[in-house]
Amino acid sequence: MADGATLAMPRAEAPGGASLKRFARRRSTIAFLMTLPLIAVIGGLVAWPAGYAIWLSMLNRRMTQFIGLGNFEILLDSETFRMVIFQSVFFAVTAVILKALIGFWLAHMLHHLPAKGQKKWRGMLLVPWVIPPALSTLGWWWMFEPTYSSINWVLAIFAVPAVPWLGEPWWARISVIIVNVWYGAPFFMIMYLAALKSVPEQLYEAAAIDGATGWQKLRYVTLPMMRNIISITVLFSLIVTFANYDIVRVLTNGGPRDLTHVFASYAFQVGVLAGNIPRGAAVSLFMFPILAVIAFFVLRGVNRRTKEEL
Amino acid sequence: MAQVSIRKVVKAYEGGVQAVKGIDLEIADHEFVVLVGPSGCGKSTTLRMIAGLEEITSGEIAIGGMVVNDIPPRDRDIAMVFQNYALYPHMSVYDNMAFGLTLRKFPKDEIKRRVENAARILDITPLLDRKPKALSGGQRQRVAMGRAIVRDPKVFLFDEPLSNLDAKLRVQMRTEIKKVHQTVKTTTVYVTHDQVEAMTLADRVVVMNHGVIEQVGPPQELYHSPNTRFVAGFIGSPAMNFIPARMENGSGALRLNLPNGIVLPVPAERTARYGAMAGKEVLFGIRPEHLTEPKNLDRQNIAVFELTPEVIEPMGMETLLHLWMQGHEVCSRIDPTTPAEPGRPMQVAADLNHMHIIDPESGRVL
Repeated sequence: MADGATLAMPRAEAPGGASLKRFARRRSTIAFLMTLPLIAVIGGLVAWPAGYAIWLSMLNRRMTQFIGLGNFEILLDSETFRMVIFQSVFFAVTAVILKALIGFWLAHMLHHLPAKGQKKWRGMLLVPWVIPPALSTLGWWWMFEPTYSSINWVLAIFAVPAVPWLGEPWWARISVIIVNVWYGAPFFMIMYLAALKSVPEQLYEAAAIDGATGWQKLRYVTLPMMRNIISITVLFSLIVTFANYDIVRVLTNGGPRDLTHVFASYAFQVGVLAGNIPRGAAVSLFMFPILAVIAFFVLRGVNRRTKEEL
Repeated sequence: MAQVSIRKVVKAYEGGVQAVKGIDLEIADHEFVVLVGPSGCGKSTTLRMIAGLEEITSGEIAIGGMVVNDIPPRDRDIAMVFQNYALYPHMSVYDNMAFGLTLRKFPKDEIKRRVENAARILDITPLLDRKPKALSGGQRQRVAMGRAIVRDPKVFLFDEPLSNLDAKLRVQMRTEIKKVHQTVKTTTVYVTHDQVEAMTLADRVVVMNHGVIEQVGPPQELYHSPNTRFVAGFIGSPAMNFIPARMENGSGALRLNLPNGIVLPVPAERTARYGAMAGKEVLFGIRPEHLTEPKNLDRQNIAVFELTPEVIEPMGMETLLHLWMQGHEVCSRIDPTTPAEPGRPMQVAADLNHMHIIDPESGRVL
């Protein structure tokens, strides 16, 4: 329409003015102008800080000199940082797998409850996810705290010896994972529950008639139908869990002996507490390329399946 | 292949609502039986009980002589075609059809042979590698039928399989289903709300209403000798006309007093049959094709009277007249060459050899 109108314009106008008007009337121009506020917000709050962080990570400690990938080289040489990489990967992968499994199990249980009770249970099971993690982690800290640990007190009833929850490296790692799983499983649960509800009942009926047992229905109907939600939820949770800061900070503060640090808490320690901002930036950017590649492949798979199947 | 026996089957839901109220039905081996009725009549529930997707509250269902009440669907050796096809969206057409056989651990080459054979019967061989999303509604329906055929089950169950297709495709697939049944001859139970589908497909039609079976019989029998007013009105399109009338006894012969002062003589051979209704209000039922322009006047029991058409619907091969009879609309089927004009009275002839008298209290056709 707009183009047609432009063609019909009288020729008397100056060529410069006409082309400017034409430019302003183009659909793409209008679309660009309308999305400009969003572009500004994303640019200001996402792109610029990200670009600045990348720039920072390539400066020396005093931020006076460009040293390329120097910070990353120094980090990889450091034993502590290699430990942080191991701990971050161990923490994120274990926690995400556990959250996914527990979330799936909970979603399945909820899905098969009668509609009446379901709402109540769904609400209760979502509580861990809505409490600010810094607060709930403090609660967990009290339960793990060596002197008055309520968990140890319960264990003692069953004659189980006291567990050094936060004092011994492996127990501390497990504690951090327990709290993260407790906090994050409800998110998986609610996503999976929505996915379960979207699987048409007739597919299960068709499978039952085709001869499928309960397990086979799960294997051949439920899981394939939920693949997209599972991929996206796991990807999202992996990114968030890799970036987790508050649980580690409150529960162990990276200790004992820096063995429970993850990227975010270590970046804070190096960048803010120790004052080496460029190296802190390098720590926090470390996982970015790896996660970006994972995200690319996961989202490509989701896209392809959506086109082919839904 | 096998017969299906339904004995005193009841389906009651929580709160005591009965969807199926104790029905009995024997379906013979190789037979094509259609359950038909308005929505909520219990036909789908009955089918789902045969499939094992609904529990049977009381009574008994047997397939091939074996009571299946407590046998899960997978062990009943049945196959079902759903209204929404229920194809697995993540599997190719081949895998959709092979799924039941794979679960039953058939050898790979046997699965391939059966799927390819079914694909040939249904003319979907070029589609085997596609996903359901890439198929049209008719093609999906064929795949759903293919999934049933490859299993070579004792019984096919169809749950309104054509309802999601457009009118043209529905007619085409109807023929297709009949052809497939003539090829594989598997005992078939087919549920539909469309009486045309029921009439065209069935060896025997089962008309259901409010959870009970109104009548069972071959399509022609249901059409010409309905047992109840419901069956008379449900089977046939346009539906049978029901006109309130009074049965009078006059000097040894019965006659019907209709609105508009029309008096019809009851054929002599029916006097005994309707005698008990003398002096009572009845419903006079007559199909539109038996209410025509005056013709065959030399035959017996043709009554001619005058009515005024309100609406005229030319259909091409015939013309439908909607006539007005003191507050009652009456439909008549006339030859398209017969002149008719809205609002101008014309002569119509009722063929009383095909009349029905219904007791308005019991709803039974006498």
